Amino acid sequence: MSINKDTIKKISKLARISVAKEETDRLEKDLNSILKFVEQLRELNTDKIAPIASVSDQALTMNRDEIKKINEKEEILKNAPDKNSNYFIVPKVIE
Amino acid sequence: MTDLTKLTLVNSIKNIKEKKCSATELVGAYVKRIEKSDKLNCFNTKDLENALNKAKKIDANQKLDKALVGAPIAVKDLFCTKDVKTTASSKILSNFTPTYESTVTEKLWNEDAILIGKLNSDEFAMGSSNETSHFGNVLNPYRLNNENLVPGGSSGGCASAVAADLTTATVGTDTGGSIRQPAAFTGIVGLKPTYGRCSRWGIVAFASSLDQAGPMTKDVKDAALILDVICGYDEKDSTSANKPKSSFLNSIKNNVKGLKVGIPKEYRVDNMPKEVDDLWQDGIKILKDNGAIIKDISLPHTKYALPTYYIIAPAEASSNLARYDGVRYGFRTEGKDLTEMYENTRSKGFGTEVKRRIMIGTYVLSSGYYDAYYLKAQKVRNLIKIDFDTAYQNVDVILTPTTPTPAFKFGENIDDPIAMYLNDIFTVTANLAGLPAISLPIKYNKDGLPLALQLFGKSFDEQTLLNTAYSIEQQVNFKSQVKDWWM
Repeated sequence: MSINKDTIKKISKLARISVAKEETDRLEKDLNSILKFVEQLRELNTDKIAPIASVSDQALTMNRDEIKKINEKEEILKNAPDKNSNYFIVPKVIE
Repeated sequence: MTDLTKLTLVNSIKNIKEKKCSATELVGAYVKRIEKSDKLNCFNTKDLENALNKAKKIDANQKLDKALVGAPIAVKDLFCTKDVKTTASSKILSNFTPTYESTVTEKLWNEDAILIGKLNSDEFAMGSSNETSHFGNVLNPYRLNNENLVPGGSSGGCASAVAADLTTATVGTDTGGSIRQPAAFTGIVGLKPTYGRCSRWGIVAFASSLDQAGPMTKDVKDAALILDVICGYDEKDSTSANKPKSSFLNSIKNNVKGLKVGIPKEYRVDNMPKEVDDLWQDGIKILKDNGAIIKDISLPHTKYALPTYYIIAPAEASSNLARYDGVRYGFRTEGKDLTEMYENTRSKGFGTEVKRRIMIGTYVLSSGYYDAYYLKAQKVRNLIKIDFDTAYQNVDVILTPTTPTPAFKFGENIDDPIAMYLNDIFTVTANLAGLPAISLPIKYNKDGLPLALQLFGKSFDEQTLLNTAYSIEQQVNFKSQVKDWWM
């Protein structure tokens, strides 16, 4: 498999990263060289191997059901690029 | 009077507890050096005045019983610090000031360590030379014929700061080698604990199934002390482990008699410089002479570790970094509508390497490619883990070089992502298998650059790792040769 300019357009849309025209050639070259590198894995037969998402053998524990004062709205809003009273401001979504 | 900044962390604290020096004197000595060391560019943020004030408070308080009392510590700028800017060395977080503290750093301050600043790194910890930082290159205190070298990465600022005596010790993070490779390049000790040993809460996430915080220090005992403080279960991180333990520091022993040490043949890679191979033989000899049993072992899937990593890490990163959208925090670039605002913000806020990894990660997770790439990598990850499980039936630790080469020059690998990725060829397996590993400086090559060996341990057996490293350290007697050329 390889990545062409159309694929780059598609993944840049999925990743919400705009890619300028002049960046596309370089990105195409880099991404293809990375893909070629990772495709070495195809040499291995993994039919009978289970996939693992993590090596942790921790069972999930229950936390005590108690109220803690964290993430209060003033704190959360402190770093907002744009805000108004208790709201984050974004460009208009609905006409 | 001796230069206080040359002391190890353990000895600095001993001095304070025995009132041979005050916290103010110790912090003052570091502040003075930091102020003369801007050229190295280790710090993204300095917090010197606050540090001196905290030192005064500690001196005024007669109780000097905490484990890290009065020790000035700068940390990687990936740990959220309450009211102190935390940037992950990225433009997108360049104005972010957390309103909370990471668990690991909170544990440091609870033991009366003093925050002295935030250290430069590769952007979002993605890199092996610190060249991807939005805040510029960090210089290695070691040079090659007066030419500057990279400090390694991603914890490059951490590594240079410890080597240049700008912090008593530090904590970095390691996703594929980011503690151990820079430690090797700068002649210091770097320990990546077992996955789950330390809480990841409040650390800017890169690849959550691989990330782990750990000590970077002047010697092995310092690493044991820092690990004692930062480890432990945290209900805010469900992957942190609840394991009983005694003090790593107090249990350290210089004894490798009967220890079974594995030498994996797959780590003898093509084109490995002779000096690195010789170094490896030196390490084997030291352990053998001290009574360890050397065993040749095989980790057959080693060559597939980096390709596996470069699917899994970008996949997890593309998901973790989706949160940087210009809405709730961080940098924003406007656009004509919401989608364009997201796209512009992320395009201008992230650097080249980070964007490259998000794009690869998005691709390998996208419909139609998930099975071929991501699922395949998860299976090979299991094979790599099984390699280690099998090897550990016969050995206690595994000895390898930390890196295939010593520190290199700026620009040498930055244009070729694969060449840069190969730096982590010996370190990345520990992250995929979740194992603890330590990098230990051994000697200098003919150009005066530090060379390091790495030890892998069994899961949650950092003690054997520390004991073995300590025993080697006692034999090699590695001493800093940093010459303060930047002052």
